[in-house]
Amino acid sequence: MPFLEVRGLSKEYPSKSALRNISFTLEKGKALGIIGPSGSGKTTLLRLINLLETPTSGEIIFAGTSLTKTSDLRIRRRMQMVFQNPVLFKRSVYDNVAYGLRVRGEKESQVRKRTTEAIALVGLTGFERRTATTLSGGEAQRVVLARAIVAEPELLLLDEPTANLDPANVALMEKVISRVNRERDTTVIMATHTMFQAERLAHEIGFLLDGELVEIGKTREVFDNPKDMRTRAFIRGEMVY
Amino acid sequence: MEPLVEGLIRAFQLIASFDPEVYGIMFLSLRVSGTATILAALVAIPFGAFVGLHEFVGRRLLINVVNTLMGLPPVVVGLVVYLILSSRGWLGPLNLLYTPTAMIIAQLIMCVPIVAGITISSVRSVEKKVVDSAKSLGATDWQVSWTILSEARTGLMTAIITAFGAAISEVGAIMIVGGNIQYYTRALTTAIVLETRMGEFDLALALGIILLALSFAVNLLLTHLQMREAR
Repeated sequence: MPFLEVRGLSKEYPSKSALRNISFTLEKGKALGIIGPSGSGKTTLLRLINLLETPTSGEIIFAGTSLTKTSDLRIRRRMQMVFQNPVLFKRSVYDNVAYGLRVRGEKESQVRKRTTEAIALVGLTGFERRTATTLSGGEAQRVVLARAIVAEPELLLLDEPTANLDPANVALMEKVISRVNRERDTTVIMATHTMFQAERLAHEIGFLLDGELVEIGKTREVFDNPKDMRTRAFIRGEMVY
Repeated sequence: MEPLVEGLIRAFQLIASFDPEVYGIMFLSLRVSGTATILAALVAIPFGAFVGLHEFVGRRLLINVVNTLMGLPPVVVGLVVYLILSSRGWLGPLNLLYTPTAMIIAQLIMCVPIVAGITISSVRSVEKKVVDSAKSLGATDWQVSWTILSEARTGLMTAIITAFGAAISEVGAIMIVGGNIQYYTRALTTAIVLETRMGEFDLALALGIILLALSFAVNLLLTHLQMREAR
């Protein structure tokens, strides 16, 4: 049984259809990179899986449970999402990272241990007491990542996690994502429009265009030998959109 | 001498004299307006949070009503409370007219829409992304609401500061329902009206200066809390 199965997923908004009949499966511990131009439906797909939106039709089966029929908190708590533009609470870095553990009612000693570890993992030791709203863009996005991984989710959803970051911060974020994926066996779905990033981090690549999943497969295969003309054009940078 | 300068000197003399009547008036003002503000916050913050956080039929109308009531004329509130508390009113048997309790009730009615209105707008101004983040991090509906209130806390402090400012400087309502009785329901504002009418301008001015100083001190404290929270 696959860890995540998406079956015939569609999402219609009054003005446009964001996703059309998406189907794919993902094994536990794999990293899937979703590539595609802006507005192709990458964010919508992640938001549907994270139960922030309800699909118009179709089904998402996560660890054997159908998500479309339930918004059970216990399921929601097994996954975490990192949004494209960091949204931090007006609290300290420590309180931001500890948030996910505190809402789960973890013991304060556990909260302290795991929060400190997560902050260290993203290289922000010493920033604990800083107010989150005073951080630079790169630091803020690292706090967002620490906040997402502190509760050790089984599925990590990343929406353009390194957009607008400088190369040093991109490298650091990628290192953390890759470590979490390898060492904790966390399944990752990452939307990105950086082809190189997808190549570096993902085992599998899916190409979304206009709400349609054009192609999905092993990273090397999709990049070296794409089956669809449109994928080939996008990867080569020849697509005009 | 300039009446203003005289008033200032008289104000310091009054404060330094520890005149029990003046201090009694000061404490009554603080007690009445402070209690009204605290009670208003207890009622109106949860109410405002509910309205700000939920979609329901008639919500827009309700928000318009609350916003209109934010500008309630104190003298009208005083009149209505007077009619309710007077011997022939619904609450006449409670004998509350011309007591500090009646003054608190009148100011409470004035403060509730102020706190509710500002709470609604501060809660609504919290970005949807904050709500999404909290949900995504595994918060329950209650925890999400609590997080939004916590994000809106600067606005909630503004609500309390504004309500207290309106209450302590108000005269129309407490004059009608309190009756300005010496040693009992005489507050700073009603005392100022009385002294002005009797031609005791320097005393009236002195009381005015004390009122301003008191209001300034309380606001300084609340603003300090607000700034510390906002960091």
